[in-house]
Amino acid sequence: MKNAVGREIPDNIEGIGKVKPYEGAFKNIGAIEKTKVKVSSKLPNEDKVLSSIRESIIKCGLKDGQTISFHHHLRNGDHVLNMVLKEIDELGIKDITVAASSIFPVHQPLVEYIKKGVVTGIYANYISGPVAEAISLGLLKKPVVMQSHGGRARAIEEGDLHIDVAFIAAPTCDTYGNINGVDGRAACGSLGYAIPDAMYADKVVAITDNLVDYPACPIEISQEYVDYVVKVDSIGDPNGIVSGTTKITKDPVGLKIAKMAAQVIKASGLLKDGFSFQTGAGGTSLAVAAYLRDMMKKENIKGSFASGGVTGYIVEMFEEGLFDSIFDVQCFDLKAIESYRNDKRHQGMSASMYGNPHNKGCVVNNLDVMILGATEIDTDFNVNVTTGSNGIIMGGSGGHNDTAAGSKLSIVVTQLTKGRLPIVVDKVTTVTTPGETIDVLVTERGIAVNPNRKDLIEKLKGTNLPIVTIDELKKTAEELTGVPEKVEFDDKIVGVVEYRDGTIIDVLKKVK
Amino acid sequence: MKLRRSMLFMPGNNPGMLQNAGILGADSVILDLEDAVALTEKDSARILVRNAIKTLRFYNSEIVVRVNPLSTEFGYEDVKEIAQVKPDAIMVPKATEEDIEGVDKILCEIEEKMGFEKGSIKLFPLIETAYGLENVYTIIEASKRVTGVLLGAEDLTNDLGIKRTKKGKEIFYARSKVATSCRALGVDAIDTPFTDLDDREAFIKDIKKAKSIGMTGKAAINPRQIDTIHDVFAPSEEEIEYAQRVLEKMEEAKRDGLGVFSLDGKMVDAPIINRAKTTIEKAKLAGLI
Amino acid sequence: MKILKPAKAGTYESNDIYIMIQPNDNGIKIELESIVMKQFGKRIEEVIKETLEKLEVKDAYVVAKDRGALDYTVSARVETAVKRAGVEK
Repeated sequence: MKNAVGREIPDNIEGIGKVKPYEGAFKNIGAIEKTKVKVSSKLPNEDKVLSSIRESIIKCGLKDGQTISFHHHLRNGDHVLNMVLKEIDELGIKDITVAASSIFPVHQPLVEYIKKGVVTGIYANYISGPVAEAISLGLLKKPVVMQSHGGRARAIEEGDLHIDVAFIAAPTCDTYGNINGVDGRAACGSLGYAIPDAMYADKVVAITDNLVDYPACPIEISQEYVDYVVKVDSIGDPNGIVSGTTKITKDPVGLKIAKMAAQVIKASGLLKDGFSFQTGAGGTSLAVAAYLRDMMKKENIKGSFASGGVTGYIVEMFEEGLFDSIFDVQCFDLKAIESYRNDKRHQGMSASMYGNPHNKGCVVNNLDVMILGATEIDTDFNVNVTTGSNGIIMGGSGGHNDTAAGSKLSIVVTQLTKGRLPIVVDKVTTVTTPGETIDVLVTERGIAVNPNRKDLIEKLKGTNLPIVTIDELKKTAEELTGVPEKVEFDDKIVGVVEYRDGTIIDVLKKVK
Repeated sequence: MKLRRSMLFMPGNNPGMLQNAGILGADSVILDLEDAVALTEKDSARILVRNAIKTLRFYNSEIVVRVNPLSTEFGYEDVKEIAQVKPDAIMVPKATEEDIEGVDKILCEIEEKMGFEKGSIKLFPLIETAYGLENVYTIIEASKRVTGVLLGAEDLTNDLGIKRTKKGKEIFYARSKVATSCRALGVDAIDTPFTDLDDREAFIKDIKKAKSIGMTGKAAINPRQIDTIHDVFAPSEEEIEYAQRVLEKMEEAKRDGLGVFSLDGKMVDAPIINRAKTTIEKAKLAGLI
Repeated sequence: MKILKPAKAGTYESNDIYIMIQPNDNGIKIELESIVMKQFGKRIEEVIKETLEKLEVKDAYVVAKDRGALDYTVSARVETAVKRAGVEK
């Protein structure tokens, strides 16, 4: 059947089961039920500290066919996922599903475990590098399930994604399982993505290289959720975890796009006291913040909050009083970590609080403006950030479709062409975020507004910004690049893209 | 009215930069075949720039091509190849009267052959030698095609055997000379680029200095410089307000059938009215009104 | 016309294409590598052929390594390579 963004979705997918197609961004909101959690309660004299990862796997009773989870705050510096899978392989356990909030190039060893059948299923919000390529080539037994940050939290809380054992990389942990991310050599700041795992997994193992005396305050994930604690030499490489500084682009095209995006925000009327804002850590997205910073200072505007994965640049704006607070699900650099550690108004949030559409209200619902990227965007404003135009997985939603749905104004900033590839196309290779939740596309050669946003079109008419239709942008792009040939795919489904509400918005095919 | 506040240099042998030259907001782009191109790549840059002009859109930016000096083996070859795709103007480095006359002649031939309107390809002498500076007036007069002059202070100070400084005291005379000759003959006077990209304050001072002497625009070597140049060359709020009052008063006088009128106790004559109109046009183009 | 000697043009920078051209006995032979092979491989070969045709080159062996060049760059680099190689009438 065709879903609400016109994608052909099978009723049943082998390895996934019956499929519920995407019906619309807000069609599945309302009464839901959260799942029950199994808890193995502890006696007063029980010790939680175990001697090795292997011992923790055995004590948790991990079996063939079960699901284990990881969080990705250590990003491309993470050692934990690889260490755990090595032990699982050596113990001869097979048919494991890995539910990692994200997977990076550092997780290359996973490819071998996929080939050996140790790992047969993957859930993730973002995958880049060798694992992504292996999945697109059809090596993984079951289709990968690509979720969003909010959608993953939802799936865990509703029991759609049942985690048997959660392995939590803990920059600092005490002997009774209290965890924080702000201290230790692998400090990464907020642990927001790990919180649903800790609360809903049957068993929770904290893996730390900084085991401290009880209690490890401040506490982000508390002892009430943690079954075991394991000390290892290193949970991650600090160089891969955080960058020293996140930098604004120097590329003149990126700067031009950013400047126009800031002018769109101003024209929208949202840039006033109480303004709330989120942007990515990419150079162009961050440059939007730089232009807003100047505007806010000039007009003496005091914002309410900035949210998301947080960079030092956003922290600087916060410290200058341009925002009252920060909601932080993940820190991108050392400055963000330091601020998160020291300033109470730099507030941590869980993945669920951030973007779960099925709780009693997530932070994205309070966002005025969201700045997003795109690998492709089509003339219906559907955005792909999951696959390249060659069909190979190279990312995923992360918070893309959560923030697009929640914010009052979602703006996609991108160059109109990259290399020789047009970014505005007839049909995106993969739909990650439905066009009905995208309001504006800003490119260096023009700005297109979603025709549904008549109010915005009116407001932008009064400016000298280059407003065109998205079809015109597509034409301009193709004038430069030519019309690309259609990439052909195998019929085999290697993955599904789950919208944040759990419906299927698209499927991923094996590349030829 | 076409403004020429900023002229942005773009290297001629870089396809990625040529593709984006027209979207950076510069009033003119100078596609450079001279200093930005290695000796061994002169042939490839010439062909690439020719193709770029033929196929790419430059939107509202004027297309100027800086050819190699006509004294080199590349200069006239550049002119012949590039003129066939009809750029808005050709910039001639180390220009002399003979150079300008020589290029003018070739352009006439090519325009005739290609069926372009006669005189449609303009010329931009680059004044960067002591000889050129002393003879800037006659160089401009050498062809009706000359539409503006660019002062090149790096080569000029080299020719003069003096040191180029950030403060630019040493080029005061050159700026005054170029600006005055240009104003006298009604062509644009474009100031030499500022090379320190990190010193924004000194950059602003430098543009203001050039403007105060009578320069009408400034060359840029980096797209980041464009907004700053436009800001400085934009009319000030007082200038705009005064111009608006002049034009209002003029309308009023017209209605009342008055030939001459005064504002703030001063007689308003044709030059003041023309200046007011120009100010308003500039302000509109800069998005200020 | 025939290519006289091997010649090169272009660079490995993004948005550019590196062209090597050599004499060949019978006809045009093109070996293309591209970062957008699936989407634009055919088109790039077409532009190379069209450019050679326009320059009346009938026999040539062309090796092209593309980094996302647009048509105008592809044809400029091929033309430069041909001019550098020299042709026998």
